[in-house]
Amino acid sequence: MDLTFTPAEEAFRAEAREWLEANVPVGLPSGDTAEGFALHVEWEKKLFEAGWSVVSWPEEFGGRGASLWEWLIFEEEYYRVGGPQRVTQNGIFLLAPTIFEYGTDEQKARFLPRMASADDLWCQGWSEPDAGSDLAGIKSRATRDDERGGWVINGQKTWTTRGAFCNWVFGLFRTDPEAARHSGMTYLMVPLDASGVTVRGVERLDGDEGFAEVFFDDVFVADDLVLGGVNEGWGVAMATTSSERGLTLRSPGRFCAAADRLVDLWKRQAAAGEHPERIDSLRSDVAQSWMEAEAYRLATLADVTGLVNGVSQGARSSLTKIFWSELDVKLNETALRLLGPAAELIETSAGAVDGGAWMKGFEFALSGPIYAGTNEIQRNVVAERVLGLPRK
Amino acid sequence: MNFAFTDDQLLFRDAVAEFFANECPPEKVRWSWNDEVGRDASIWAALAEMGVIGLTVPEAFGGMGMNEIDLLPILTEAGRYAYPAPLVETVAVVAPLLAESAPAAIAEKWLPGIADGSVIATVQLDGQPFVNDMHIANLLIAQRGDQLFAIPAEHVRSTPQISVDGARRLFSVEWDEADAELIVSGDAALRAADRAFDRGAAATAAQLIGLSEQMIAMTVAYVSDRKQFGVPIGSFQAVKHHLADAELKVSFARPAVWAAAYGLANSSADVDREVSMAKCFASDAAEVVARKALQTHGAIGYTTEHDLHFWLKRSWALASSWGDAAWHRRRVAHLLLDA
Repeated sequence: MDLTFTPAEEAFRAEAREWLEANVPVGLPSGDTAEGFALHVEWEKKLFEAGWSVVSWPEEFGGRGASLWEWLIFEEEYYRVGGPQRVTQNGIFLLAPTIFEYGTDEQKARFLPRMASADDLWCQGWSEPDAGSDLAGIKSRATRDDERGGWVINGQKTWTTRGAFCNWVFGLFRTDPEAARHSGMTYLMVPLDASGVTVRGVERLDGDEGFAEVFFDDVFVADDLVLGGVNEGWGVAMATTSSERGLTLRSPGRFCAAADRLVDLWKRQAAAGEHPERIDSLRSDVAQSWMEAEAYRLATLADVTGLVNGVSQGARSSLTKIFWSELDVKLNETALRLLGPAAELIETSAGAVDGGAWMKGFEFALSGPIYAGTNEIQRNVVAERVLGLPRK
Repeated sequence: MNFAFTDDQLLFRDAVAEFFANECPPEKVRWSWNDEVGRDASIWAALAEMGVIGLTVPEAFGGMGMNEIDLLPILTEAGRYAYPAPLVETVAVVAPLLAESAPAAIAEKWLPGIADGSVIATVQLDGQPFVNDMHIANLLIAQRGDQLFAIPAEHVRSTPQISVDGARRLFSVEWDEADAELIVSGDAALRAADRAFDRGAAATAAQLIGLSEQMIAMTVAYVSDRKQFGVPIGSFQAVKHHLADAELKVSFARPAVWAAAYGLANSSADVDREVSMAKCFASDAAEVVARKALQTHGAIGYTTEHDLHFWLKRSWALASSWGDAAWHRRRVAHLLLDA
C-alpha cells in the first residue's frame, strides 16, 4: 500500500495546475444555455490547443497518453481552480470509451480527433417517452435500406442533454422488431443536421434549456455510423452506461473541490457573525459532506488500483453512482442551509451569495439520483448483481 | 499510488480467517455468552503461535514487528467471526504503546510475554469508563492525566459491568499508583495516549467492517431462502433496497478504514482526521447494517435463539466504543472548521 504519487505524477500535477491557474475562465454563464454553451465550446477549444482536453487519450487522437492516475490528478486540479463544466462530456467521457472499445479504425480517426477539439459536440439519445428506467423498452426503429447501404430511422428520443446545441447524437435504435427485448437493438451515431431530424429544446428544473426532444422522420444513416455489431447495441450501450455510472463521468475531484468550498462557505458565514446558532448547528453536516467526498476519493483510489491491475468494477459501479449522486445532493443542501434566507436567491439576483452557485448546484445535483439510471434501478442492480439476491 | 494489500498480507489474513471459521463458529460465541469466563485460552495460544498476538511487537522482543496495514485486515476477520477476546487492546493498542513509549525495563518485562501469548493486556485511557477483559488480563495500561502507567493485574480491583453483548466482559477498575509502574509522563504521555486512542479507534473500526460484512452475508442467505407469497423475500424490491443500502454503507466505510491503517503505519500528518473518519463511517455503517439485518430477518431476528443477535449486539457495543460516530464527526469538524 502506497498512497503517494510518484515524482513524475507530481510534476504532471504541477504542469496542469500552472496552466489551469493561468487560463481557467471565471464567471462563464451556464453551459446549458445557447449563449453559455458557445462560450464553453471556446474554452474547450482552448483546452484542446494546450493539450488538456482529453489527457488520457493517445496522442494520435488529441490526448497526451496520460495514465488513469494522471487523469485523476488532472481532474483534481481542474475542479480545484473552479474549472467550468465540460460541455463535451457526453462525447469525451461516455461515447469515446465505447468507440475505443468497439469502433473501427475509420470511426476512431473520423470521430475522436474532432471530439477532442470540440469541433463535434455530442449528446446522447437513450430515453424515449415510454422508455426511461426500462431502457430496453425503446421503440425508435431503424429499418434496413440495402439500396443506399444504411438505415432509416423513425421515432423520438427525449431528455437529451444539450441536444439543442450539439451536432451529433448517439443512441440505441431497434433494428429487429421481432427479437427479444434486449436483442435486436443497434447503436447508431446520427448527425443532427441530417434531413428529417427535428430538435426541440425543453426547459429544465433550473430554468436552462438543457434538455431536448429529438424527432426522427425517415432519417438516413449510412452503415459506417453503426458502432459495434448490428443487433448488438445493448451490449455496446452497457459499456457506455457503466462509464456513466462510474468514475469517468464523475471523478472525485469535483466533489472534493465542492466540499472544500463548503468548508470555506461555513467559515465565511461564521465570520460574518449572523445567525450563529444556525451556523454552529451545521458543523456536523459540513464535516459529514466533506468526509463523504473524501470517502469517494479513497474508494476511487481503490477502484483505480484494481483497474490498473486488470480488475474491473463491474456491477459495483452502481454503488459508485448512488454514492456520488446522493453526496452531491447532501453537500449542496448543507450549503443552502448555511445560507438561510439567502438560499433562494438565484444567479440573476444581486443579493445572491457566490453568484447563486449553491442553488444552481443544488438543482443540478437533484438530477443525479435520476439520470444515468435512477438510484432505485441502481439499488436493484446492487441487490441482484453484487449481493446475488433472486431477480424474481 | 497503490491502494491495496500485498499478496502476503492477504494470505496472512486468509489464514487467520480460516482459523476463525474452524475455531470460532457461532456456537463458540454462544458459549462465551453462557460461560462465566467466556474466553478460550487455546484460541489465544493458537493465535500467538500464528503470530497474530505478537504481530505489532518488535522483532527484538519476539514479535513480528508489523504495523496497522498488516493488522487491520486481520481484525476485520476477528469482527466477522465475532471473536470475543481483547485483540484490539493487546495487539492494536498496548503492544505498540509499550514499544514506542516504555522504558527498556518495562518493555522487556511485558512485550515478550505479549508476543508468546502468555501476557494478555488491556487498557483504560482518560474518558473510557470501562475496561475490557480485566478478568483474564495480566496487565492493565492506564492513563491518569499526563501520566501512563503499567499495573500488574493482581493490583487492580475490578467490578463487573454488564454489556448488552453477553460475550463482552467489562469492568470498572481501581488501582493505586504505589502498585503501578510509570511508563511515561508529560507531553510525551499525552501524545502516546492520543496515538493509543487513535489505534484503538481504527482497530475497532476494522472489526466493525467485518461485523457488518457478516451481517450482510447472513441476511442475504436468509432472504434468499425465506419464502412468503410463494417466493423468496429477497426478490421483493423493498427488501433489496434495504440490503443495497447496507452494502453501500460498508463499501464506502471500508476504504476509509484502510486509509486510517495507512495513516497510522506511516504517521501521516492528518492521522487524527483519518482515524476519526474511519471510525465515524464504520460506526454509522454498522448501525445501519444492523437495523437492516434485523428488519429483513423479521421476527426470527428478534429472538436470542437465532445467531443474528450476537452480531447486532457486538455492533452496538463497538459502534460506541473508542468514540462513537458523533464524537469522531465532531473531531473532524473541529479539524476542518477551527483551523
